[in-house]
Amino acid sequence: MQEITGLFKIAEILRAILGRFLSDPQLVDICMSLINIGSIFTIISLTAVVLVYAERKVSAFMQRRSGPNRVGPGGTLQTVADMVKLMAKEDIMPAGADKWMWMLAPILLFIPAAAVFVVFPFDNKAIFADLNIGVFYFIAMSSQSVLPFLMAGWASNNKYSLVGGMRTVAQMLSYEVPMVLSILGIVMLAGSMRMSTIVAAQQHTWFILLQPIAFVVYVITATAEINRAPFDLVEGESEIVAGPFTEYTGMRWALFFLAEYANLLAVSVIATTLFLGGWNGPWLPGWVWFFLKVGGMVFLFMWFRWTFPRLRIDQLMSFGWKVLLPLALLNIIVTGIGMYIYEFFS
Amino acid sequence: MLKTETFTLNMGPQHPSTHGVLQVVLELDGETVVQAIPNMGYLHRGIEKLAESRTYAQFIPYTDRLDYVSSMGNNLGYCQTVEKMMDIKVPERAEYLRIIMTELNRIASHLIFMGSLAIDLGASTGMMFGFRSRERILDLFDMVCGARQTYTYIRFGGVSADIPSEFIPALERFLTDFPAMLDEYHRLLTGNEILYHRLKNTGVISAQRAVEIGLTGPALRASGVDYDIRKVEPYGIYDRFDFSVPLGQVGDCWDRYTIRMEEMKQSAGIVAQALSQMPEGTVMASVPKVVKPPAGEVYHSIENPRGELGYYIVSNGGTNPYRLHVRRPSFINLQVLNEACQGLLIGDVVAILATLDSLMGEVDC
Repeated sequence: MQEITGLFKIAEILRAILGRFLSDPQLVDICMSLINIGSIFTIISLTAVVLVYAERKVSAFMQRRSGPNRVGPGGTLQTVADMVKLMAKEDIMPAGADKWMWMLAPILLFIPAAAVFVVFPFDNKAIFADLNIGVFYFIAMSSQSVLPFLMAGWASNNKYSLVGGMRTVAQMLSYEVPMVLSILGIVMLAGSMRMSTIVAAQQHTWFILLQPIAFVVYVITATAEINRAPFDLVEGESEIVAGPFTEYTGMRWALFFLAEYANLLAVSVIATTLFLGGWNGPWLPGWVWFFLKVGGMVFLFMWFRWTFPRLRIDQLMSFGWKVLLPLALLNIIVTGIGMYIYEFFS
Repeated sequence: MLKTETFTLNMGPQHPSTHGVLQVVLELDGETVVQAIPNMGYLHRGIEKLAESRTYAQFIPYTDRLDYVSSMGNNLGYCQTVEKMMDIKVPERAEYLRIIMTELNRIASHLIFMGSLAIDLGASTGMMFGFRSRERILDLFDMVCGARQTYTYIRFGGVSADIPSEFIPALERFLTDFPAMLDEYHRLLTGNEILYHRLKNTGVISAQRAVEIGLTGPALRASGVDYDIRKVEPYGIYDRFDFSVPLGQVGDCWDRYTIRMEEMKQSAGIVAQALSQMPEGTVMASVPKVVKPPAGEVYHSIENPRGELGYYIVSNGGTNPYRLHVRRPSFINLQVLNEACQGLLIGDVVAILATLDSLMGEVDC
């Protein structure tokens, strides 16, 4: 067993300190849960701030501009300024909107985006709930985000929003299937859906080396899942203005934004955990490795966004069903045969 | 009993990808376009009517505001029309300067086309790159006439001023850098599989239909019709240059895109030839202070980046035109939109609008 360092150590120290002040060990447990929840939410909200800044800097780098450079040193406080601006904005509800559905949509979208963070192994033993169906939980939760998009699109009483909402359902449903099938290869190799087991199985060989096709399929479908370019048909600025978000202003719109970046982080974390060995790595502490790999994946997704044109809806559908799905199925068959041969010879 | 019905989507006049204030009334069956009716007139300024109460020289700045991304061509077309009426002979050096400026403007205009096509298809980096290179050309124009967009550089009998000494080295630097820039765009956009599949076989306009509607410029040549006024009816001194006119085969968005990319290369070639042949001398012929063309009418057209730009002037011998009409290629090219869009998807409408490259300043004269 690897020596326990990093985040879990910090938690142990905190627990010891709390133990001195609180007599009941149950109270300590409750306090520790609250601290864990708090830190996850901190990560989510910090993510949005950092990633928005990063996105603007990365896009500037790719387009040979300087990007934000006025607010704070190197423009680092730009996102904070934007947040303040968004909070001060007037909250406009379109006439004829379905009030409750319209108001609930951004909140409901944020819930699955936040809920998936429960099963992310940030470091050795630093996982909020090490469910034995961790992978399944992630897939189940992330697929919940289809409905809020449709709600927002329908309730806005705007044709652009409606077209955007319909596109979301078509896109997310058809890319969910190859995504699940691509992850299935990993589950077969690791023999478990538990995140910690999957990471532990990659101590020597990252699964990207054993499952390169699955990785490619996963990255493509993940881009489609989080509606980023070249699969950003949901918002497709030049076609349907902003899709389901068209009628949202101020903080409601910011919640969509927050969820979008939380999702971006989520798929990057899953890619890291399932394919890139999670927190495994020499010399550096596990959580540093983890965030380095996640950062690499996030950069990859940003690179896509600022390089590729957008697909058309029919091309998107045919690519998902006619290319990615057979590829993912083929990958499962090859993996199965490979595992059988491997077991036969060893 | 279940039934479906079409719905109307007003794309514009305030929409990210209608390039100004165009409204396209889309009748949609789900995402499929049943009808796409362009609704113009949001930028109408009555320029043709204004001409009747302006002197001939006063009208030159108005031409800048027609196709405002290729103003040099607009100036040239108008000035050559008036020169044709009055039989003014333009000095050699001015002729060469006119060629250099209009061809540079063609490159600048096509760069905007490339950039706006890229961003309409969701690749915003392409737009940034296009505008970056266009900036180099605008700097050159700034040197010769002090303006970046509305030049009024070409006048009756020549050009407003000779080029400054720093112009030629700057232009040579640009011409040296340009092939590398073009190569970069080809690598970023032309080689992109998604872009290819978005543009290939979308918005096909047959050669026959293109001629019937009166398309001109790259939109016509994409359908395979070899019609470039610079070759067919060389105006100015275009017969002295060696350049080829790229032609398409299918008439789809992809052809319209590749033709413009190739035209940029040809234009750079013309500029280089003109620069090497340009003689010294005066840049302005002696033109009467008050321009009073003899009574009569004349039509003259030139090849602007968007197609055949024609000026039709009726003079009654006075100081103002009696009637002035501009044949605006953007306006006429836009008429094909409905036919080209039918049966396609919303995403294709955007691509077709971008490749027809209609500019609202010129559509609404």
